[in-house]
Amino acid sequence: MSGHLSPRSVYYAIFVALMVLTAVTVAVAFVPLGALNFPVAIAIAITKATLVVLFFMHVKYSSRLTKMIVGMALFFLMTMFGLTLTDYLSRGWFSSPQGTAGAGTQITITPSGGRLAPNTMRPPAAETPAAERAPAH
Amino acid sequence: MPDGTLAHADAHGHAQAHHPAHQHHFETMEQQFEASTLGMWLFLVTEVMFFGGLLTAYLIYRIWYPHAWSEGSLELDIRLGGFNTVVLIGSSLTMAMAVRSAQTGSRKGTIWYLVGTMALGLTFLVVKFFEYKHKYELNHIPGPNFQFEGAADAGQVELFMTLYFALTGLHAAHMVIGFGLLSVILWMAARNRFSPEWYTPVEMSGLYWHFVDIVWIFLFPLLYLVDRAHQAS
Repeated sequence: MSGHLSPRSVYYAIFVALMVLTAVTVAVAFVPLGALNFPVAIAIAITKATLVVLFFMHVKYSSRLTKMIVGMALFFLMTMFGLTLTDYLSRGWFSSPQGTAGAGTQITITPSGGRLAPNTMRPPAAETPAAERAPAH
Repeated sequence: MPDGTLAHADAHGHAQAHHPAHQHHFETMEQQFEASTLGMWLFLVTEVMFFGGLLTAYLIYRIWYPHAWSEGSLELDIRLGGFNTVVLIGSSLTMAMAVRSAQTGSRKGTIWYLVGTMALGLTFLVVKFFEYKHKYELNHIPGPNFQFEGAADAGQVELFMTLYFALTGLHAAHMVIGFGLLSVILWMAARNRFSPEWYTPVEMSGLYWHFVDIVWIFLFPLLYLVDRAHQAS
């Protein structure tokens, strides 16, 4: 069989590393880092996932074809996130002084506790983070 | 007698003695194992995209409604979530050890590590059940009875809870399927079906189980740890 036989110690070491990283991610979450909290949490999760994929799932010892398929999962996921967010994050960056409805269209849940306002077309809302980054005209 | 059986007998007449699990359209056992691994990973890529759709929705609404995400996340019990994270990573260790036992031909080891993995998986689901039950009692289940009193808009927090239930529910469904898979593997192991020459089903179920573990590795910080620093300060 071609399956790679890892020593027990490797599995125990990976388990300990995963436990330590879990403790770190919980601890770091309580430290006010502002905008950095989210990237740090994601970076730790990616590290943990990489350890599982490489050692528990034996990808480190797999063929290059298998490695490519694993990389493909990451590629398609990043494409989906990336291309979708280029739209959603950039809404409201560019709008004419009159406020074109199309540029900053956003479906807003009204603060009155109501449900989805049906297809509300409105200029970029002042409270959206994207709008704060809008260039001054 | 069906033709297939005859052809099979003929093939055996010419070929050398080989492992009973070795299928004829593969040159070697290694090639067969490689094909299984590749197929399993292709399936896991589709699974990544399956969860990816929900994660994309999560990202967009988190960006739009950061305040509701913060408030909603604080409603979740970080101790139960953390406990389940430890349980699930522990089950990944026992799963890896079950595969290793199958690789070394230890039937007893395979069986006991599989039992351990299933026990930890069940623990996870029981904890999840009580988390859901608590949400039900608080009327935090999205729908006509949803209630939320807090600084954030209730409709936006409801959206967070919807994604919480969709993501953890889909994950829990995968746990149940994984549990079913491992039951079959356990039964096969008990009947001594595996050997160091052929343990492919153990390895493939292991890949599935580890994948479900990875999903939780992401769900835990995304759902439970959104804005804990805010709470601490």
